[in-house]
Amino acid sequence: MQAFTTHKGIVAPLDRSNVDTDAIIPKQYLKSVKRTGFGPTAFDDWRYLDPGEPGMDHSQRRKNPDFVLNQEPFDRASILLARENFGCGSSREHAVWALTDFGFRAVIAPSFADIFFNNSFKNGLLPIALKEEEVDAIFKAVAANPGLELEIDLPNQVVKAPDGTEYGFEIDSFRKHCLVEGLDDIALTLEHADKIKAYETAQMQKTPWLFNDLRGNAG
Amino acid sequence: MAGKTLYEKLFDAHVVHEQDDGTALLYIDRHLVHEVTSPQAFEGLRLAGRKPWRTGAMLAVPDHNVPTTNRAGGITDPVSREQVSTLDRNCQEFGVQEFPMADLRQGIVHIIGPEEGFTLPGATVVCGDSHTSTHGAIGALAFGIGTSEVEHVMATQTLLQKRAKTLQVRVDGELGPGVTAKDVVLAIIGKIGTAGGTGYAIEFAGSAIESLSIEGRMSVCNMSIEAGARAGMVAVDEKTIEYFRDKPFAPQGEMFERAAEYWRTLKSDPDAQFDKVVTLDGSKIEPQVSWGTSPEMVVPVNGQVPDPAAEADPVKAEGMRNALKYMGLEANTPISDIQIDKVFIGSCTNARIEDLRAAAAAIKGGHVADNVTLAMVVPGSGLVREQAEKEGLDKVFLDAGFEWREPGCSMCLAMNADRLEPGERCASTSNRNFEGRQGQGGRTHLVSPAMAAAAAVAGHFVDVRQA
Ligand code: SF4
Repeated sequence: MQAFTTHKGIVAPLDRSNVDTDAIIPKQYLKSVKRTGFGPTAFDDWRYLDPGEPGMDHSQRRKNPDFVLNQEPFDRASILLARENFGCGSSREHAVWALTDFGFRAVIAPSFADIFFNNSFKNGLLPIALKEEEVDAIFKAVAANPGLELEIDLPNQVVKAPDGTEYGFEIDSFRKHCLVEGLDDIALTLEHADKIKAYETAQMQKTPWLFNDLRGNAG
Repeated sequence: MAGKTLYEKLFDAHVVHEQDDGTALLYIDRHLVHEVTSPQAFEGLRLAGRKPWRTGAMLAVPDHNVPTTNRAGGITDPVSREQVSTLDRNCQEFGVQEFPMADLRQGIVHIIGPEEGFTLPGATVVCGDSHTSTHGAIGALAFGIGTSEVEHVMATQTLLQKRAKTLQVRVDGELGPGVTAKDVVLAIIGKIGTAGGTGYAIEFAGSAIESLSIEGRMSVCNMSIEAGARAGMVAVDEKTIEYFRDKPFAPQGEMFERAAEYWRTLKSDPDAQFDKVVTLDGSKIEPQVSWGTSPEMVVPVNGQVPDPAAEADPVKAEGMRNALKYMGLEANTPISDIQIDKVFIGSCTNARIEDLRAAAAAIKGGHVADNVTLAMVVPGSGLVREQAEKEGLDKVFLDAGFEWREPGCSMCLAMNADRLEPGERCASTSNRNFEGRQGQGGRTHLVSPAMAAAAAVAGHFVDVRQA
């Protein structure tokens, strides 16, 4: 996983609440069996005027000029700014892959849906929850100065604006550690393999019906 | 010391290891797999040279992409076909039990789990799918995960989890006639909002919830995620236990009795403390219809489309205006004046046998209205379909002008050929009315199966209690 320490980049304002993962990446693209290539179809229904299908050359499609990510300089943004409950709905990790493939490294919003929040950390995308007033202040700052860059300092848990304003944010210490170090969760967990086996041995006595060989049951 | 909530009991029973910061390694008993969110996880295992920890805990099924007509010829869309055959290949390679498309037991992953007795009370259940919360209805701790976590569970049989806060949603009183589990959950989401449950595990309780069948409780828990909660659950009672008698993968005979004894402990202690409690009066809940593009945008069938001008919060009002524009609706329109083009009865929310019975009963000898171009019934599994045919429900639907399809997710998310065209309006028993969910530009109204069937006959929404 790509590590995250500090990052500075342009902020794209997506002034909507309840941005769901169906909107971030529509279902037709979920047919892919890969983890990459979702960037050109991120926010597909909002971004293009014509309907999209997998396998198309998306650079040839008609873009919606009103959509923020089609506008200069937001087409080069690496920080996404949105309203409350970002990433709600479907568990599709493709939504995170679409954002990272577009070039986003962080999303700032007042709140996030749980599964999306979790998925982000697995892919080096940092979800930052700030207070509603703070998010609002950043929306205003970006409106006054499109192209504004924010600097994110994960080790110190702070977002810095060019005018010197600093926004502190909370993050779970274990998640921060994994992100800063770019650690692979599975390898970390497998260090506890003995404990997992011991748990299984104990449970086989307590709830043996959960340990039947399922293939043997019910032809 | 206060007692424990059901959530805490389930969580505590599965902790393998806990770090000082409260991050726990949680053991996963049951892992359901479908074709959309698993290919990258299997690929990850392969690249890392890892094997699944315990294939006996896994059950796979293709459901999102499968066609609901003409199955004999296979899948025509090459991209969908590739995804389904990738699942078949992965299951063979890694030795995972699968119900492939041609198996009678194939169906929507959240329908077949309980139907087979694969998901059981007291188990931790995960799937790369947000509606995994469905299985909480049987007193399981069940929640959706992303693909990286799917890979993590495959490789380690565990997940890293922090304890969620606990929310009890109590629905007391008696539900009126014609008011179903779907109306209850829509009313709950209308009350607490789509982020009302974020960070919480919900336990649904109260006499109205207890009065629901196990299948009804599944419809309620299914939509926990629409209220923002990853997990929703209902305590085990005798109905739960009877539900599992003689299910293929459930324990049998003496082992069943032993399991049942344990399952009876799966309820919140009387003195358990919840972080938050929300109450609703079940007797006041009416049949619900969603009007907007978020499941919280819902009103009783006798109500009207709300007016953004009356909303004090400017962000909310803007959201309402966007939704009205997308839905092609005017504020203050009576819900019963809204004409529909299509009807979809199906999905993991409402495609179990009781749902189909309720829909068939609501037709009352009528016929699909002329302005409705397609009314389809998509059973949740091959076994549901078979049962419905035994009861003659297929004939009821067909005679009334409905289409009777093969099982799958179908127009719940329109990954296969079943979809809305831009601007089409649908009465749907599914769980999400997001923009484009049922097809780009499509307009979804969430309702119960009986309400959907009655709307198909009337051509517009009607109160099923008067229809
Ligand atoms: S029926 Fe709909 S909500 Fe349920 S698993 Fe399928 S796509 Fe998801």
